[in-house]
Amino acid sequence: MRLGERAGLKPAKPMRDVFGEALLEVCRRNPRVVVLDGDLGNSTKAETVRHAFPERFFNLGIAESNLVCVGAGLAACGFIPFITSFSSFLLCNAYDQLRLAIALSNINAKVLGSHGGITLGKDGPTQMGIEDIALVGGLPTFVILVPSDPASMHKAVQAAVDHVGPVWLRSSRVAMPHIYPEDNCPFTIGKANVVRQGSDVTIVGCGIMVAMALDAAVILAEEGIQARVIDMHTLRPLDKETIIAAARETGAIVTAEEHLLTGGMGSNIARIVASTHPVPMRFVGLADTYTESGDPEDLLRKYGLTAEHIATAAREAVAAKR
Amino acid sequence: MMVTTQSVNIQVLKETARSLRLDILDMTTKAASGHPSSSWSCVEILVALYFGGILRYRADDPWWPERDRFIMSKGHAAPALYAVLAAAGYFSRDLLWTLRQVDSPVQGHPIQGLLPGVEATTGSLGQGLSLGLGHVLGGRLNRLNYRVYVLLGDGECQAGQVWEAAMAAAHFKADNLHAIVDYNKYQETGPISREMALEPFIEKWQGFGWHVEEVDGHDIAALIQALRAVQQVRGQPSVIIAHTVKGKGVSFVEADYTFHGRALTPEQAARAREELLR
Repeated sequence: MRLGERAGLKPAKPMRDVFGEALLEVCRRNPRVVVLDGDLGNSTKAETVRHAFPERFFNLGIAESNLVCVGAGLAACGFIPFITSFSSFLLCNAYDQLRLAIALSNINAKVLGSHGGITLGKDGPTQMGIEDIALVGGLPTFVILVPSDPASMHKAVQAAVDHVGPVWLRSSRVAMPHIYPEDNCPFTIGKANVVRQGSDVTIVGCGIMVAMALDAAVILAEEGIQARVIDMHTLRPLDKETIIAAARETGAIVTAEEHLLTGGMGSNIARIVASTHPVPMRFVGLADTYTESGDPEDLLRKYGLTAEHIATAAREAVAAKR
Repeated sequence: MMVTTQSVNIQVLKETARSLRLDILDMTTKAASGHPSSSWSCVEILVALYFGGILRYRADDPWWPERDRFIMSKGHAAPALYAVLAAAGYFSRDLLWTLRQVDSPVQGHPIQGLLPGVEATTGSLGQGLSLGLGHVLGGRLNRLNYRVYVLLGDGECQAGQVWEAAMAAAHFKADNLHAIVDYNKYQETGPISREMALEPFIEKWQGFGWHVEEVDGHDIAALIQALRAVQQVRGQPSVIIAHTVKGKGVSFVEADYTFHGRALTPEQAARAREELLR
């Protein structure tokens, strides 16, 4: 069954294509936005800007450390750089540069970490960003955004430009179905969206897992379990209020992320829940393992990231309430 | 403060260098930590830049968009940077004595945004040249004609990122980007030639497409001449290899590379002061 089909969500184009369009849009609107590429513009889709605004597009080649610092220098000149590459290459080759030149300097730079998660599929685990959220988590001044559908990607790119300070934006190669009407997606940094009401359990997802959580909510509803679904599009700052309200009002929380469980969204939400309104929690994500090449759907199934896995976790969390 | 190229008085600049060395001594001795020897080796380079009519800057308008940039890539020489910025009037000299104390903007290594005149956060070596290239590209987009000077340590040139930046700067024909290498021949654990040799060093830079000048890094007049010469280079970035002495000015520090990350004891500092005032 297609992702989002149970929940009646319409299919959409790949998120990287949406990113390319959104980036071009902010470049049209704001002449201070410049784009830096680590020779992957045709994969991240940052190349849209290369064609439209060649003078504001810089390919720095396959040299991520230099890429990040050149971006930081441009930010110091008053530009708003979008530094773009695969999240795994940026974070694993240029963590030191992200740390000193951007995070510690607290400058106004934006980083697009594409190919987050495992759904890039066939290129395999060398290219997958399964630890990106954990690593960016170690850069405390970064806002972290994980859009879940085309409309939220457009809003996230704009919000990243409007925010003054470092922003990490996670993108994916895969298509994510429409969750929001294209012209009506609420998006405030640090304010999560409740995309389905429910009173028995809350499923908090980000990225592709939001559509999956909505599918799971349909499965659960057939069994009489009403699941609330939250789109946690901002992983820092986390929306504590919405999390605490979910704990108080639904009494059980499941988190779902296309990322390692260690150091991911779920563990940060658990810290908030444990220290405010403890309720049973379950966590859907990647165990401490690398994955492999394969069709995205096969990978999601094999590594435990499906609507069925979320539904199972939700049943367990609900059962643990009693 | 701005010095015109005509009015440079080398004798006055030598006195300035002496005074900066004393400030570096006092700062690091009071902090009981820091890198005095790495700071002393680049004093004349900083004096030539800030007081030799090379850098265009306005201490009372530190972020003047048209200013020339100076990036201290070898961040452990922060005491030298702070001393020259204070002497140039960016902030009160009194701040120098708060080096490495809690609540002070005078951090152990430079942090962008805390002090006027500090252009970059450095201390993890290898990043400054890339940052400088970013300023060059930003200047092009802003249609400003400033120059960007980056001071590199010699040990720092072992870092791969320096050569990523070198390759990119030549690719972008960044002829307003000027690297200066404080080639004092020592890194933390010993002589460069023994630990991780850089030679043939000039050929490496040339191979990456850079114009190279070589100079005695303690001869202020020669430094000024070299800094003027690289301004004439067109179509390629330039580097000045400044041959220096680590710990310059204090004999027993010059003779002992283990002073790298170590301040002088009060007794040693008293002897150093005598030598510097001689």
